[in-house]
Formats: sequence, structure tokens, C-alpha cells
Amino acid sequence: MTKFCSLNTVPAGRCYIIMRIDADADLSARMRALGLQPGRRIQVMRRSPFHGPIQVRSGQTDIIIRRADAAAIHVRPCDPNIEHSPANEPECN
Amino acid sequence: MSKRIALVGMPNTGKSTLFNRLTGAGARVGNWPGLTVELLSAKLLLGDSMVELVDLPGLHNLHGFSEDERVARHFIETQPVNGLLVVLNATQLERQLALVLQLKALGLPMLLVLNMADEAASRGIRIQVETLSASLGLPISLVSAKHGQGVPELRQALTAWLRQYPTPITAQARVLAEDDNIEHTLDTLLAQTVHVPPVLSPSHTDRLDHFLLHPWLGLPLFLLIMLGVFQVVYGLGTPLQDGLGWLLDALKTRWLAPAISGLPAWAISFLLEGLYDGIGTVMTFLPIIVVFFLAMAVVEDSGYLARAAFLMDALMSRMGLDGRAFVLQLMGFGCNVPAMMGARVIRSRAQRILTMMTIPFSLCSARLQVFLFFTTAVFSPRAAPWVLFSLYVISFAVTFLTAWIWRGRARKGADPLLMELPPYRLPTVSVLARQSLRESGHFLRQAGGFIILGVALVWFLTHFPLGAAPASPATLAGRLAGWMEPIFSPLGIDQLLSIALLFGFVAKEVVIGALAVIYGAGGDQLSGILAQRLDWIQAYSFMLFTLVYTPCLSALATLRREAGGSRYMWASLVWSLGIAWLLSFAFYQTARALTQ
Ligand SMILES: Nc1nc2c(ncn2[C@@H]2O[C@H](COP(=O)(O)OP(=O)(O)OP(=O)(O)O)[C@@H](O)[C@H]2O)c(=O)[nH]1
Ligand SMILES: [Mg+2]
Repeated sequence: MTKFCSLNTVPAGRCYIIMRIDADADLSARMRALGLQPGRRIQVMRRSPFHGPIQVRSGQTDIIIRRADAAAIHVRPCDPNIEHSPANEPECN
Repeated sequence: MSKRIALVGMPNTGKSTLFNRLTGAGARVGNWPGLTVELLSAKLLLGDSMVELVDLPGLHNLHGFSEDERVARHFIETQPVNGLLVVLNATQLERQLALVLQLKALGLPMLLVLNMADEAASRGIRIQVETLSASLGLPISLVSAKHGQGVPELRQALTAWLRQYPTPITAQARVLAEDDNIEHTLDTLLAQTVHVPPVLSPSHTDRLDHFLLHPWLGLPLFLLIMLGVFQVVYGLGTPLQDGLGWLLDALKTRWLAPAISGLPAWAISFLLEGLYDGIGTVMTFLPIIVVFFLAMAVVEDSGYLARAAFLMDALMSRMGLDGRAFVLQLMGFGCNVPAMMGARVIRSRAQRILTMMTIPFSLCSARLQVFLFFTTAVFSPRAAPWVLFSLYVISFAVTFLTAWIWRGRARKGADPLLMELPPYRLPTVSVLARQSLRESGHFLRQAGGFIILGVALVWFLTHFPLGAAPASPATLAGRLAGWMEPIFSPLGIDQLLSIALLFGFVAKEVVIGALAVIYGAGGDQLSGILAQRLDWIQAYSFMLFTLVYTPCLSALATLRREAGGSRYMWASLVWSLGIAWLLSFAFYQTARALTQ
């Protein structure tokens, strides 16, 4: 299986595509209702201080999610050039 | 046959706003997902038939498991309705349409309302309503519930729709369509019918958030905003309060006193020093309460509360709570009861109960009245606002301490904080007007109801037996206070004050009214007496005790109902009494020792 980055590790301001969500059925249904589901393009807007939640934008919706829960969301950069360059691997974990 | 329509949709899509718009009712509205947690219904005339419209809490999906979602789901699944009025946020169709497809499986007639047409237009979002309607096979109206565009057309559509479905039916046992299937249908549909501009320039919300959610400016700005709000309430409210106080006093001396001068002395005392002073002194707080709730409405409707949750979550998580608990604490500034009910959005039971246990320490508007009265009476005008501020700080400190001590199980089964951060919005004048009407109505009903009762009872206790000097040790109140003396004298709270505290147990609004009766003076005179009899240490000790000592009766009843058992109610009562006593004791004894 390809290795993707977890959403809690990616930098703010860049476009990512959700590849997989490893959460239980209830949580992933809630994530889906807020616009977090495989195939969606998302962007991390900012992180709150003291290791607090992050703000994610999916389409027209902004969402607050804790970093621990964001770790279940696996993404890859929207731009395929970045995806294939191994030099960018470290930023994914 | 009676007709019924239910308002269904995701949280914060404007269901309650539309409900108010259609029925003229006064449902609470706010830019916070999960504001409505209970069913609310009102009548509406459509064509020639009376229809019951029911406002439901928001639903994320039909698998929802939080308490508020359960309320909505239970209603939809069990109650016969003529149809569902499904409210969607027109700017977020890409995620909200999935709910429509899930609802379709229930086999109930549906009419879609694409709300917030104004926001969609200003973001350049275009929706092909006819095409969408044809492909979904459902009638659709594009409206702005807040500003009223499209609402007359919606009424017509509703009337026609009702004619088509005249008899209420119950939902079919759910045959949930495969969600993946739904997704596939949706993507094609959205591509055909919704046009979103590819690159959106930063909105007002983005620009504001740049500062308000800034990693290290965010929290200081939060404090500044709170201080600003209280400055406004204080600055606008106190002159109005003084004016009303003067008016009530003038009425008493010029008109009421001469009018009843023929009555026996005890009756004059009961009417003037009991009812009039007691109720009148409470009534002078009406302007402050109205201004206060207006400010709360502006904050609630602005969308800032969700930001507060974002900023405070890290801190709250250390105590087994989350950012939402902090927001409920802020909502509790108005009244603790709805704030406790708002905890229904929290799914983990342990965490929800912990949140509800902390809310009674939030400094509600009833306690604010007591503190305003005492700080203005005993402290200098320059010190008074800071004294008040310190009480808010202590209220948070006690909240945090309570959560920290009781956090136990809540820390393990944490409920993932996952919520929408809505855009900033401005309240309309009509929303504000409705809010202030509702709050002043509530206040007046209380003053006319149990506050009269409380004040009359206090008068009786302090004047019986009739021969004794009012509130002297020979009266019933005096004897009662004598028994409680060993508890209260180490706190610097004298006998007369302890009587008022006894009544504050029912509701904190009665405290000031009770004091007016006990001292036989209202308004300014009462302030004068308090200033004479209490030094600042005694006054502050009394305020500390009042802040913490017990949730009012309705808060306790709510806690019992929402937590499903009296265990937590008793725990809350014993804990808050204990902590209040220790806090006042520590403060009073230390301050006395230091100032000796
Ligand atoms: N711009 C705009 N804002 C709206 C409109 N309708 C509602 N709002 C705002 O959206 C926010 C949410 O409105 P509510 O009516 O409380 O939403 P709700 O669906 O009842 O929310 P819950 O009770 O939490 O499920 C409030 O700030 C409203 O002022 C609209 O047509 N246009
Ligand atoms: Mg609502």
C-alpha cells in the first residue's frame, strides 16, 4: 500500500486530497457529513496553539478537528509533481 | 385532521430562523451548530389549513448518536407528518445533499429549502434549481430565511405541496441506501447543477480569523472582546438602572405611600417594605438584563463562539473537557439551564456529565445582579468593575478545578471534537428585538411569580411574631439565622445576610429582593445600609459564597433530568456547598489576618 501523509502532519496552506480514513463507522460518518471523505480536496488553514485542534477547509466548509483525530485521515498532495518526488517524504510523518 | 410538517437539516443551516420567519415564533437562533436541542412547535396558516410546524435539532446524518440528534431522529422515525421541510445551506450543497438522499429512504414527502441564498450569491455560487429539482424529483425553494427573500414563494409552494399530501404518514422502516452509491449519484448531480467559482478570494471571515485565531494574538483578543462586551453592558446598563430606580422611588413616595396611608401599620409595612421594595429593587435590573442579553445575542450570532472553542480546546482537553464545554460555560453567563441542555451535543456520556457538573459555576445573569448591587454599594466606582471581573475569573477557576478533580472517566472516553466553524455573521435587528423581548418577558414573569412569593415569605419571616422589631432575633427569621450562625460567622457573613442566602437557593434573583425586605429599604437606601454595615472583606466573602454555593433549583432539576438520575444532582449540591464554604472561609480568614 502506498504511504500517505497524515493530516495532522501536513503544513498549512497547501492543497491535499484525502486518500483514506481509518476511523470507526460513527466517526467516519460524521467526518463525511462535514465534507471529509476520500477523494475530497482539503487544505489545513491553521493550527491552534498549545497543540490544540486544527482548522481544515473542505469545499465551502471549515471544520475544527483535533490533531489526534486528524491523524486518522491520510492524504496526498494535490500536485502530482510533489507526490512523486521522494525529497518530500519527510514532511509526511 | 391536524397537519404537521417537520423542519429537518444539518446543524446551523437556519432551521430555527426559518421557523421563526414562517410562524412568527421566538425560537432561539445562533451561529453555533447545535443551538436547538429540543423539539419546538408552532402553528402556521397555509392556504386555509392550520399546520403545526416542528423545529428539530440539527442532524448530521441518520446514523447520528448524540442526544440532540437522537431527539430529532426519534421524532422523524416515529411521528406521523405530512412531510419534511429539509433545510440546506445553499453554499455547502456538496456535503449537505447527501442527507437528502438518506432522508429519501424514509419514504416521506419532502420539500427542499436551499437557505442562505444571500451568502451563496455573494460568494458567486450559482445553482440550477430547476435541474436539481428535476433530478432529485423534489420541489425546491431558494430562500434567505434571515432576510426574507423567497419566503412568500416558499409559503405558496408549501400550500400547494400540502394539498398534494393531505394525510400525515409515518416513516418507513429505514432501508438505508448504500452510502457509496449515494456519493456516486451526488458527484454527477453536483457537477451538473452547482457552479462554484474556482478560486475564492479571501472572505471577510478569512481576514478576521487571521487576527482572531492568530496563534498568540487569539487568546489576548478573546479576553479583550469579553472585557469590551462587559464594558458595554455596564456602560449602557447602569445609567438606565439608576433612572429606573429613581422613577420607582418617586412613584413610591409621591403616589403609593399617600394612597395607602389609611391602612393598618402592618399592612403598610407589608405592601411598601415587603412587596414594593422587594420587587422594585429586583425590577431595577431589567434594563441591565435586556442590554446583557442583547450583547449575548450579538456574540452568539456572530460565530465567535465556535472560534472560542477552537482557541480553548487545548486547555480544556487537559481537564477531560473540550472546546464546546468552554462555549457552554460562556452561554451559561446568560442562564445555566439552557447551557446545560446544550451539552447534549457531546456524545460521550462521561464527558457530557462532567460538562454539566461544571456549568453551575458559570456566573449567570441572576448572580450578576447580586454582584452588581454589592460592588456598586461597597466598592469605589473605580474598583467595582475589577471586583466584578475577579468574580468571573474565580468562576472559571472553580470550573476548572471541578473538572480537574472529577475528570476521571471523561478523559478516557473522549468524544472527538469535530465541528463546523461557521462564517462570521451579523444579527438582524429583528433577531435582537425578539431576543430582548423574550428575555424581558422571562424576567418579568419571574418577578411577577416566584419573586413575589419569595419576597412575601421573607417579609413574613422577618415580621412574625408581629410585635417584635423587624428581623430581630425574636422573629422567625432571627431564630433561623441563629441556628445557622456557627456555619456563617467564620465566613464573615452576618445573620441577616444568611437569611437572604437561604432564599437564593431557590433562585439567585430573590437574593436582592430578600435583602430589601430584611433591611426594610429598597434601591439606593439599601445600598447605603450595606455600605455602612459591611466592610469590603465581608462583602467579598458574601459574593464568593453566593457565586459558588449552590445551583438554583431549576439548574438542579435540569441536571437531574439531563443526567438521568439524582446522583449527579446531589453530588453537585454537596460539592458546590463544600467548595463555597472553604473558599469563603479561606478568603475571609486570610484577608482578616492580613489586614489586622
Ligand atoms: N446569511 C444568512 N444567514 C442565515 C440565514 N438563515 C440563518 N442564518 C444564520 O445562520 C445561523 C444559524 O441559524 P439557526 O436558525 O440557529 O440554525 P439552525 O439550523 O436552527 O441550527 P441548529 O439549531 O444548531 O441546528 C444564525 O446565525 C442565523 O442568523 C440566511 O438566510 N442567510
Ligand atoms: Mg435551531
